[in-house]
Amino acid sequence: MVATAGPLASSSGEAFTSGELQTIVAARSLSGKRSCFIGVGRPSTAALLARMVHNPRLVLVYESGTIGAKPYHVPLSIGDGELAETADLVVSVPEMFNYWIGPGRVQVAFLGAAQVDPRANLNSTVIGDYEHPTTRLPGAGGAPEIATGCQEVVVIAPHNRRTFVEKLDFKTTSGDRTTLVITDLGVLEPIDGELTLTTLHPGVTVEQVREGTGWELRVPDKLGVSAAPSVEELEALRELVAR
Amino acid sequence: MAELVSLGEAIERTVKDGDSVALEGFTHLIPFAAGHEVLRQGRRELELIRMTPDILYDQMIGVGAARKLVFSYGGNPGVGSLHRFRDAIEHNWPHAIAVEEHSHAGMANRYVAGASKLPFAVMRGYTGTDLVGHTRVKSITCPFTGEQLTAVPALNPDVAIVHAQLADRDGNVQLWGIPGVQKEAVLAAERAVVTVERIVDTLEPRPGGVVIPGWVIDYVAYAPGGSQPSYALGITERDNDFYREWDVISRDREQFLAWMNTHVLSAVSA
Repeated sequence: MVATAGPLASSSGEAFTSGELQTIVAARSLSGKRSCFIGVGRPSTAALLARMVHNPRLVLVYESGTIGAKPYHVPLSIGDGELAETADLVVSVPEMFNYWIGPGRVQVAFLGAAQVDPRANLNSTVIGDYEHPTTRLPGAGGAPEIATGCQEVVVIAPHNRRTFVEKLDFKTTSGDRTTLVITDLGVLEPIDGELTLTTLHPGVTVEQVREGTGWELRVPDKLGVSAAPSVEELEALRELVAR
Repeated sequence: MAELVSLGEAIERTVKDGDSVALEGFTHLIPFAAGHEVLRQGRRELELIRMTPDILYDQMIGVGAARKLVFSYGGNPGVGSLHRFRDAIEHNWPHAIAVEEHSHAGMANRYVAGASKLPFAVMRGYTGTDLVGHTRVKSITCPFTGEQLTAVPALNPDVAIVHAQLADRDGNVQLWGIPGVQKEAVLAAERAVVTVERIVDTLEPRPGGVVIPGWVIDYVAYAPGGSQPSYALGITERDNDFYREWDVISRDREQFLAWMNTHVLSAVSA
């Protein structure tokens, strides 16, 4: 969450948080998409919201092997029982990676990371030296092959200098297929291979985004502004989270 | 043909100090009861293999049973860090452990090669990442197309231990829900143990279910609730509250040890 210049308000005047807007912008990015690979946390909330509001036919794929999962609750883990019970098919981990992800059958991937560099490469392995890390992070999981298998990668991350760094401590995942980086301040897109600010969330200034970015961020003359949440989006998100 | 024995006997007959042991189950069907039995029997110097170490390996590492960890994702799913895993790597507590890490795709393919009794598996992956320099993978050229691919070495653990919903009296095992890499782990290992929720007279055919025939398993042991706080679909539910509580229990070394003594180490063997 960030402090903003003034209270944020939806299209009907309802107040919302920067985290809620980040989730809603991520959900909107799935409009018209066929399938999405998701992990837990905000990406999962966003994908479920997309199915409720923007794209009811979206196929949700979790790396536990559940394809076409339709959970009612936001799952805590990628292997919650509800995912298996509501999936179109449930496959083994080797099948998931070898038959479905590797050949590019899943269109979009939502990924998170502890560090993001200017080329959208990601670190989820260590902070500090690999042999003697100051912080041992969980590690790669499915990310390296998801990022090279899926056609488009959308990164969802909090916008601060700890996360957006000039140089990664460890390159876990390639940013070559990243199309969007959605933060709580705005949206970055690769232009000529470098992440560039393209959209600000309402109430956020370019100065705030620069403050939260650990490199000399490129900012074009013309910037978009994310639409404030609609009544439908905000109500659906709150109802989903409260389930 | 698998022998039906108590959990204590199954572990005693299969797991020795220094073994490489894979307790598999991808979020679902994690063999907690068997892992706890390994700890109660005092096994040490283990090479612990698991795609997602989860709370179970956090516990096994934290009490000092591991000399090495082979894995691909060491987090508490949906909650955050595994504190004992982190403490071992960041501060060598209770002692230093060796680490070999892969991606999920890499580990899955390593099990496939192991189950196939092939020396390695071929995949697209790892390229352009720093993992290449820190783990056991090699670049390989396709002999037909010339494409550069990645070879990952087979995983053939000394022992595989998995949990399933059902077994019959001949030790044939049936599981359903998220199948993970359990079948591959059993077929890749030298010795295999399966713990089950229920033992039944006859296994009914279940579309989408996985059957592991008793003749590729050494021991089957009855361990109801044996995958809690993970779950066995249709029988038990994932205890998401415990996964959150573990974040608190495991944060502090003394609190962790006290919890392990009370709930695992001093519990009566099955």
